[in-house]
Amino acid sequence: MSAAMLRLENVCKSFGAITVADDVTLDVAPGELHAVIGPNGAGKTTLINQICGLIAPDAGRILFDGRDVTALPVHARAALGLARTFQITSILPSFSALENVALAAQARAGASFHFFGRADAEIALNQRAGAALAEVGLAARADVPAAHLSHGEKRALELAIALAMEPQLLLLDEPMAGAGREESVRLVALLHRLKGRFPMVLVEHDMTAVFALADRISVLIYGRILASGPPAEVRADPAVVAAYLGDEME
Amino acid sequence: MSTGLLLVQTLNGLQLGVLLFLIAAGLTLVFGVMDFINLAHGVQYMLGAYLAVMFYGLTGSFLAALVLALAAALAFGLFLEFTIFRHLYGRDHLDQVIATFGIILFLNEGVKFLWGPAPLTLPIPELLSGSIVLMPGLLYPVWRVVVIAAGLIVAIGLYLLVNHTRVGMLVRAGAVNAAMVSALGVDIRRLFMVVFGFGTMLAGFAGVMIAPILSVEPGMGDTILILAFVVIVIGGIGSIRGAFVAALLIGLVDTLGRSFAVDVLRLVMAPAPARTVGPAIASMLIYLLMALVLYLRPAGLFPAGGR
Amino acid sequence: MAPLSIEPVKRLRRTLAGETAPVLLFLAFALVPILAAHGAEAYILDVGMRVMIFSIAALGLDLIVGYGALISFGHAAFIGIGAYAVGIMAASGIGDALVAMPVAVGAATVFALATGALSLRTYGVYFIMITLAFGQMAFFTASSLAPYGGDDGLTIRARDTVAGLPLLASDQALYYVALACLLGCYILCRALVASRFGRVFRGARENPVRVAALGFDVYRYQLVAYAISGALGGLAGFLLANETEFVSPAYMSWQRSGELIIMVLLGGLGRLHGAIIGAIAFILMEEWLSGVTEHWKMIFGPFLVAVVLFARGGLIGAWTALAARLRP
Repeated sequence: MSAAMLRLENVCKSFGAITVADDVTLDVAPGELHAVIGPNGAGKTTLINQICGLIAPDAGRILFDGRDVTALPVHARAALGLARTFQITSILPSFSALENVALAAQARAGASFHFFGRADAEIALNQRAGAALAEVGLAARADVPAAHLSHGEKRALELAIALAMEPQLLLLDEPMAGAGREESVRLVALLHRLKGRFPMVLVEHDMTAVFALADRISVLIYGRILASGPPAEVRADPAVVAAYLGDEME
Repeated sequence: MSTGLLLVQTLNGLQLGVLLFLIAAGLTLVFGVMDFINLAHGVQYMLGAYLAVMFYGLTGSFLAALVLALAAALAFGLFLEFTIFRHLYGRDHLDQVIATFGIILFLNEGVKFLWGPAPLTLPIPELLSGSIVLMPGLLYPVWRVVVIAAGLIVAIGLYLLVNHTRVGMLVRAGAVNAAMVSALGVDIRRLFMVVFGFGTMLAGFAGVMIAPILSVEPGMGDTILILAFVVIVIGGIGSIRGAFVAALLIGLVDTLGRSFAVDVLRLVMAPAPARTVGPAIASMLIYLLMALVLYLRPAGLFPAGGR
Repeated sequence: MAPLSIEPVKRLRRTLAGETAPVLLFLAFALVPILAAHGAEAYILDVGMRVMIFSIAALGLDLIVGYGALISFGHAAFIGIGAYAVGIMAASGIGDALVAMPVAVGAATVFALATGALSLRTYGVYFIMITLAFGQMAFFTASSLAPYGGDDGLTIRARDTVAGLPLLASDQALYYVALACLLGCYILCRALVASRFGRVFRGARENPVRVAALGFDVYRYQLVAYAISGALGGLAGFLLANETEFVSPAYMSWQRSGELIIMVLLGGLGRLHGAIIGAIAFILMEEWLSGVTEHWKMIFGPFLVAVVLFARGGLIGAWTALAARLRP
């Protein structure tokens, strides 16, 4: 357990009277794909926001690669290798797809307080960006302004941006949200390819995807972790079935 | 530093405070509900003063001048809203700043064109032109007390309106989430117009009330505008209560600061540097106050809980 | 700014197409003194210099407003600080440009760093207000500097010398120095915007959360950009003080800050040469209209409203739209 890439210890968070994180303890082992599931409003996105630093927990610790990051701001955690995709696509609309990804690559490639030399002429950055785009299937759309991409392409772009960051851990906030059948299948295949490269935390509603990809699943119900373990175990857990899966599974 | 002077300046500070409140109330509502930065609010105030002078010249009655000026100011404000401002809701703040800045230029020059650059005066109504005795040997103009009273009455009226009427509830809701209010079926355009018109009238009213005390001249709205913005930032955008508290605070700090800065500084430094530094610090006091408030409470003292 | 591709040819073509405007502008600036010799020389050179001086300040403002969406309503303070640096040093016997210029720029930069550090902790209208507040503080400080003229301002006996030589004494010489400064600042800003730094800064305007999530401390980038814009304002102030041989608190009034914002918007935000076009348009309009009627602001005011309502993207935007419509 000390080798966990990410560890949440007794994390608590309330918004007024609503408790969204109730003594959450969770860990993600290296190379593992750890899914977090639960009904809407269970606090899944808030959990992701606390892990990446957008929201500060009321109590508890967050350890990333053994290091206590609870007090670190978003950019500091990202600089350590904590990448995330956003549930509502968060890209730079006027930048081209390539430049979106190139900026992510730039974050990894030394200092950015460089005032001279065209950033868009840096071959190394462009190559890394191009490779990430190719990996998500957007190579042909590299020059398109990100605002003009389709919804599905924007989601793929989110993923490419995360990849270009060379993450030590990737947080995926409902990547399948709003995706059609075909797109979901493609995304699952892509995530499957990425498995093992780096640990991932996958927050999702799409149970097919979750059970196809997850090494471990944690079930978050009204801020509490109800169960946590390998898919088969969670699937069979009567408490989980009663509270959540009963409605989700066919 | 005598008690008499302190008392007079405190009253003056209150007077400036209610004046600022009258102007800031409209400003904070318009910004809170419509997310519209209206730099032209200051010239609305100026227009109230000029219209009062003009109507007084025509009718010879202060009361008639007050009523007519308010009506005309309201009409003009609604005209501006209808032709220009409503096309700016939802636009960038930068665009709103430039457009309303253009209106300031136009109106400041316009009053100079119509009435000349020299300051105008409005006589205080006979009945209220005396002074009351605060302390033996200390007189204070009745009119200034009237201004303070009028401001407080308006404040109470606004409080009742905003907190105990349906329209007030819509306005408060609009300040927190205008889109939601619209989605609930309220005619948001009409609400905006009501809010705007009301704010305009308040500013015009302030202008009319202050005309007998200050000189009515082009550009008189500019300084007060900046003060009003400082008030709404400190008070919290969209909050009438915040505007009230902040306005009184600023009125007092600014007035007392200017009167006593040099004296206070003399306690810690020699008279000569105190006399140089004093006025500078006095002018800066409210900005320092604003910076402090923003540092401690980035959304102001009483944020409306919205944006 | 148009998206950039990997293909070098496409990029080159686009770059050249985008360069015509700036090239023409600087060419025009360079020719002005020659044309001025055939007319009201002093007046034309004065207007030309004022245009260039405010262009430099507007460039700095465009950096943070156009590329960073940071609407600063206190930008005139930097001009004023640069100017007062020159004035105060001249009054104290230091009249060498080689000293005055770095001090002017340095003072403005320090002020920018100090006020920016606080202001950038806020956003939106709070940022506008707090920059206004700092601008007002500078204004009131200058007004209270009795030994340096206070409200009335301070006359500077002579322009700065360069290493003892009165190289700036002639209007033409100062004009070309100003032109060189403008060109230098323009090139600097262009490089800045296209650089790694510029890319982060531009990204932060569109989506600060995303840029932070990539690992960039957005606050630091904004602060550096703010400091650079302040430095440019200080340089403009240095030139202004030398040109008019006079400094006054009016240089830093909030109305002046408003005028700078107008210049940037008028030309077209986020285009750099737009700031120059805006400065030209503003000052020339001011000169022309004030000759037509003393109440020229009654024309200029509605003009601004019209620009905001109908000409989004400023003059450059209007031009591009017109060109697009004329092309079938």
